[in-house]
Amino acid sequence: MSSTAGEGPAIAVEGLSKRYGDLEAVKGIGFEVPPGEVFGFLGPNGAGKTTTIAMLCTLVRPSGGAARVAGHDIVTERDEVRRDIGLVFQDPTLDAYLTAEQNLRFHGELYGLPRAVMNARIGLVLDMVGLADRRRDKVETFSGGMKRRLEIARGLLHSPRVLFLDEPTVGLDPQTRAAIWGYLDLLKNSEDITIFLTTHYMEEAEYCDRIAIIDHGEIVVLDTPERLKAGVGKDRVQIVTGDDEAAIAALRARFGIEAGVREGAVTFAVPSGEAFVPRLFAELGVPIRSVHVARPSLDDVFMNYTGTTIRDAEGGSNDWARRMRRR
Amino acid sequence: MATDVRHAVPAARVGVARRGVAHDLRAVKVVLHRELLRFLYDRTRMISQLFQPLLYLLVLGTGLGAMVTGGGGVDLKTFIFPGVVAMSVMFTGMFSAGSIVWDREFGFLREMLVAPVSRTAIVVGKVLGGAVVATFQGLVILALAGLAGVPYDPVMIVTLVVLMFVGAFTITAFGVALAARIKKMQSFFGIMQMAMMPMLFLSGALFPLTGLPAWLSFLTRVNPLTYAVDPLRHEVFAHLHASPAMTHRFNPGVTWFGWHVPPVLEVGLVLVLGVGLLGVAIAQFRRTG
Repeated sequence: MSSTAGEGPAIAVEGLSKRYGDLEAVKGIGFEVPPGEVFGFLGPNGAGKTTTIAMLCTLVRPSGGAARVAGHDIVTERDEVRRDIGLVFQDPTLDAYLTAEQNLRFHGELYGLPRAVMNARIGLVLDMVGLADRRRDKVETFSGGMKRRLEIARGLLHSPRVLFLDEPTVGLDPQTRAAIWGYLDLLKNSEDITIFLTTHYMEEAEYCDRIAIIDHGEIVVLDTPERLKAGVGKDRVQIVTGDDEAAIAALRARFGIEAGVREGAVTFAVPSGEAFVPRLFAELGVPIRSVHVARPSLDDVFMNYTGTTIRDAEGGSNDWARRMRRR
Repeated sequence: MATDVRHAVPAARVGVARRGVAHDLRAVKVVLHRELLRFLYDRTRMISQLFQPLLYLLVLGTGLGAMVTGGGGVDLKTFIFPGVVAMSVMFTGMFSAGSIVWDREFGFLREMLVAPVSRTAIVVGKVLGGAVVATFQGLVILALAGLAGVPYDPVMIVTLVVLMFVGAFTITAFGVALAARIKKMQSFFGIMQMAMMPMLFLSGALFPLTGLPAWLSFLTRVNPLTYAVDPLRHEVFAHLHASPAMTHRFNPGVTWFGWHVPPVLEVGLVLVLGVGLLGVAIAQFRRTG
């Protein structure tokens, strides 16, 4: 039996696709995640991120292809997959009327945790996320960050081999986000666990061992953050001008550069940006108020492959606003 | 805030049980247990659900009772009492079932649906939990028997508890089957009101089902609640010292084309319906993501 996945990949995906009527949400993607890796899955809204995660978690049946999670087939061995994964969704799934401990106990019973280890295990995961002193408090009295920490504790209660985190830090303040990354980092170093996460905070994607960017249902690139940044090969230049339209036209006419307005500034990529700035002032012919040159970041990687910054892609939608309100 | 995980989480994995009957039974139990916890925590709900039956019993029973001549300690309040018990059980059961919609809206349903347990276990736990809670609420109303001139007879009380549980089980199964496809709590309440009020009025809970025009008589006979209310009333009247005339007037029973339907058959009908509805509810939840 290959039910113990110790040696094989934690996640193996081959030709996985999902079709909703005429819409092909995921178009035959493939990748492997070795055990112990923190794997980031990035993409604009509607790119197929959520559908992929839902398929890997056995919540949605694929239209084609195959995937194994923790060594189990996601279609034919659904229960085995479910037992070996932990899930933290972006929307809360706690019972606010129960205490932290009661929420965990409910989960432990539902996952068939042996009674002999139940109490010890509940104590351990609560300790781990720093909620041991709040175990008897009702979840409705918790802040957003505490709820998220409790969800992570719950996701780990049954010792999953793979932890899926869908936007684990969305809607949290920077301090709490940092604390959550602290827990995940410690977790990665101490437990034999693979972490698969989606995020739209590019600076958080830096924590991942490898990143896949998905767009229009296809994986456009998959590599380590360092190699992805090096692969862009260009610096990002942002200028604030008196006339953005004229500046974009001038960049195209005089330098052959395609620029766009991102985050309120005319933005474009050139090799060795600092050397380019003097030429820019001399030849653009449009007043420039300020210049910002940056080494390629994961934002640039994302823009390079999807043609948009992740904030432009994620922000402003009603979906996002709704999520914020529910927190 | 950051704690050291190295010593906090043991290297040894916790083995999780293989899926089997024992595991499914544990799931039924924990879903049921949660239902009880939530009921006990929600004092407001317990008290607010006491209010409406009291209004019917004391205000409607007393007010309309003045127009109906009773006798031998039996008046309209005594007649309405079993109806009010049934009503209270019905509303509590439906409310419990409706919490599935609430769970869906607030995400907790997802926690249950992604677990490695059968949907059957979750639905059975939910229905049994709702039925226990509703029976308990019915017991609270039963404590008011004295106000309606109904004696506190132990045999009667035990029988009524069993009857209430059967009714509660069926109504909760109905509610869960209904709630399976509903996304918003407001919609559930709307549909619940729409379904419950006619069922209540046509059940014999508030007026005797004798001497009705044919169309109304027909509607009361196809209303399942009729068969939940009648055995309750039959049991209550078995422990009263009412004159045969009073009994005939206030506890006429249910007839099909002149044939008196025995209460045991009525209870059986309700139970069979409940099992059927439970099957529908399970099928519905097997299909949802």
